[in-house]
Amino acid sequence: MSIKQQLIEKKDLIIKTWRSALLGSYPEATQRFLIREKDQFANPVGQSIHKNISGIYHALIEDEDFDTVSSNLEEIIKIRAVQDFIPSDALLFIFQLKSIIRSSLDFKSIGNSSVNELNSLDVRIDELALKAFDIYSMCRQKLYEIRVNEVQNQVGSLLKRANLTVEIPD
Amino acid sequence: MADTPKPEKTARINHIPPLMKGWMDTPVEIKPGIYCYGAKPKNTKAVGMPYPKEWNPTDDDWQLPENWKDIIDEGLRDRRDKYRSMKLFMDICVRCGACADKCHFFIGSGDPKNMPVLRAELFRSVYRKKFTLGGKIFGKFAGARDLDEDVLKEWWYYLYQCTECRRCSIFCPYGIDTAEVTILGRELTNLVGLNIDWIAGPVANCNRTGNHLGIQPHAYIDMLDFFVDEIEDITGLRMEPDINRKGAEILFVTPSGDVFADPGTFTAMGYLMLFHYLKSLGLDITWSTYASEGGNFGFFTSHEMAKRLNAKMYSEAERLGVKWILGGECGHMWRVINQYMDTFNGPPDFMEEPVSPITGTKFKNANATKLVHIVEFTADLMKHNKLKLDKSRNDHLKVTFHDSCNTARAMGFLEEPRYVLNNVCNNFYEMPPNTIREQTFCCGSGSGLNAGENMEVRMRGGLPRANAVKYVHEKFGVNMLSCICAIDRAVLPNSMDYWVPGVDVCGLHELVANALVFEGEKKRTLDLRAEYLPGMEDEEDV
Repeated sequence: MSIKQQLIEKKDLIIKTWRSALLGSYPEATQRFLIREKDQFANPVGQSIHKNISGIYHALIEDEDFDTVSSNLEEIIKIRAVQDFIPSDALLFIFQLKSIIRSSLDFKSIGNSSVNELNSLDVRIDELALKAFDIYSMCRQKLYEIRVNEVQNQVGSLLKRANLTVEIPD
Repeated sequence: MADTPKPEKTARINHIPPLMKGWMDTPVEIKPGIYCYGAKPKNTKAVGMPYPKEWNPTDDDWQLPENWKDIIDEGLRDRRDKYRSMKLFMDICVRCGACADKCHFFIGSGDPKNMPVLRAELFRSVYRKKFTLGGKIFGKFAGARDLDEDVLKEWWYYLYQCTECRRCSIFCPYGIDTAEVTILGRELTNLVGLNIDWIAGPVANCNRTGNHLGIQPHAYIDMLDFFVDEIEDITGLRMEPDINRKGAEILFVTPSGDVFADPGTFTAMGYLMLFHYLKSLGLDITWSTYASEGGNFGFFTSHEMAKRLNAKMYSEAERLGVKWILGGECGHMWRVINQYMDTFNGPPDFMEEPVSPITGTKFKNANATKLVHIVEFTADLMKHNKLKLDKSRNDHLKVTFHDSCNTARAMGFLEEPRYVLNNVCNNFYEMPPNTIREQTFCCGSGSGLNAGENMEVRMRGGLPRANAVKYVHEKFGVNMLSCICAIDRAVLPNSMDYWVPGVDVCGLHELVANALVFEGEKKRTLDLRAEYLPGMEDEEDV
């Protein structure tokens, strides 16, 4: 059975393991909540992980363009970009997929083409990681933009309205 | 008002005790993006707060007074004896966990110490060691511990990651108000000189100049003049607001954020227009450049400071000789008024029972404080058909409503804003039931946490609210988040920018004024933001 076939066949197990690995980045008490609470409004973090992880995995095994799952990636990363994670921890879950997939595969039933197939899968996951870097960076940039805009709005508009600044007329 | 749960309902509550092991051994790490800068000594000194100093929360040395433990000890004892609520809240929690996952900061951060029960436990553990026999004898085994510098730092770090929104309290089977624990905890940290500048600065400014930003009277008037010009451009009519006028029947007090920060400024323009509209119907109202702040950052400092700042608006009411006060769209202002004012500074007997001069409605509910909420006042006008409204002027907006924590949970003020909204717009969509009304999620930046340096924590705290907005944005195309709180108007635009781009934020009276049809106005082509009204895109603005 080819790697691709196995990835399709074992998708439920792999997704479940991947999801657990991502949830494992949170403290134990928090994990219990993230898993238990199914209401998307009471538990936006857990439900976002639940929903988006499978979307990303499907895009990976179906060889879809990762642009189609940008929003799934963004939903997860946007949250992690403001939580207590250093950047490498925030995106570790993408790299964890490599070992999760390897430990789920049955190498005995894989033919000679397995090395090439595995290599191209790694390349795909690396592409996903690069996409994740872009999104993470965009989120952090947005955060700084918001901070700067807030300061500018507070000070700038006040000065203008109090007629303390005189701009060049049109 | 909130419904009292029936026994069969409370019996169904699933109490899963939170996992609370090991937390005492997890030392606090003060992280950037989470903490706010320490208070500047000039600000704490200006209002006589103890131990003013330059300090940085990331320094090892917090420059505590030598006898700081005695000061906290005494403060704790004093508050335990003074507030029965505190003793109750400390003693009766059984750590059932009903509140654990209800806090927006826990939901958004995943940090267990943001579970309300555990946040209170940081504090309760010290109380237990000092005041309970079990705590004294069994120490850690009874969940008790001594106060040391690390514990104090942990208190400070997490007390300023609670917005005192009280969402957790409505899920507590015992009615423990964890916000009260935060309030008292903050009082204690203040006793040893630990405050944040985003609170201390506004407190000092409000105490001296009259509002959080320290805007002087002439600048306040400049801003109102600016609004008058803007409104004239849009309506062709010139508003004539009264300012500091003695003998007026009503004093209007609103948060200064409405006057000085977008998008609150559009709400302020809305007030001006409503008052002008009602003038010929008998409204006799004045603004004040001295009572120029409805908000009360003192409330985030200590009860004593809240009382001092609250007294200022009543002094101004007495000086001007008004009969009652009309209050603007604010959040914590109303909690202070509804729950504390009467004990702080009441009764204000120099005023009279508030009566609407337009409809004759007696606001008996406001008799103790003589302060009426403007949304209630406007809803009453609508109920009596006193306003000519053209709802279609808000047709470019698909609106949802964010219940502000304080008005919803501290006042039970749930129907009036919706009544007003339904009268001024055709497209109003509610967010999911477990995110509105009494269960509303906080904006994530209340109780003085709307500083810039703690943006990460603000975004975490804002996630549950934003997540519900995202749902109605995607499902119904909602593009406007309305609210009745100045802090909401200041911080939700940023939260939307990060989590749900494409959604703006407004106050209710901005929408009211958009819809308000004046006698003799020019053809309205623009809304209060000077954007084209629906169907007017090709009109020349003259």
